[in-house]
Amino acid sequence: MELGLELTERAGVAVIAVTGEVDVASAPRLREQIVSVVSDGAPRIVCDLDGVEFLDSTGLGVLVGALKRCRTHGSELVLVCNQSAILKVFEITGLLQVFEIHKTVEAAVAAG
Amino acid sequence: VAATIELEFPARTEYLSLVRAVVGTVAGHGPPLEPLRVNDLCLAVSEACANAIDAYNDEGRAGAPVRVRLAVDADRIQVEVSDLAGGFDPDAVPADPTAHVSRERGLGLPLMRILTDELQVVSTEDGTAVCMVMLGGRRR
Repeated sequence: MELGLELTERAGVAVIAVTGEVDVASAPRLREQIVSVVSDGAPRIVCDLDGVEFLDSTGLGVLVGALKRCRTHGSELVLVCNQSAILKVFEITGLLQVFEIHKTVEAAVAAG
Repeated sequence: VAATIELEFPARTEYLSLVRAVVGTVAGHGPPLEPLRVNDLCLAVSEACANAIDAYNDEGRAGAPVRVRLAVDADRIQVEVSDLAGGFDPDAVPADPTAHVSRERGLGLPLMRILTDELQVVSTEDGTAVCMVMLGGRRR
């Protein structure tokens, strides 16, 4: 399924709902979306991966790059993910310890 | 009796989604694999194909053929991804995926090692063949 990106705002937090497949072909679009939100000065960004069906190493790299960019700009990037297939990719690459990952968007927004 | 399915696609990233769909479907006709392990195989094959595309791109040969050969029988599914690009030294790639995270590249091969039951990489200046095996019924 093609990558879908939907940007909304909840209680002053930018929420990017990502759906479909994040791979080497589509990941640049996710990068552009996050870069744009960071440039707009969002203090906290929630990247909701619950609708993601596939995530490859390039998609992971984009998220790591986004995390670094956020830190440089003094904003926070947190993730939402419940899917074992996607979480497994974070686990085996040691990224579960690097990212703040919540079970729901509500929790991710509220934790800020 | 083993069944063999082969496909060849142009080295462009927009075909990866199609390759994963084929691998996922073929895996459903092979040995009993848990859904998570089918996903592991799709990811491993996708990474191998992405590396093949990268290798062609490095030589200015976008769209050159990448071959994917799937062999399924009752006990195992074997997938070989091959290209005719210039090759690389697999031993020079650190096996630990966490070593690559900060660089945002080079994760593919370590991921393939972890996700599959068997992995063999043969790379020469005439091309690279990555052979991955998933064993049916095994839990990880």
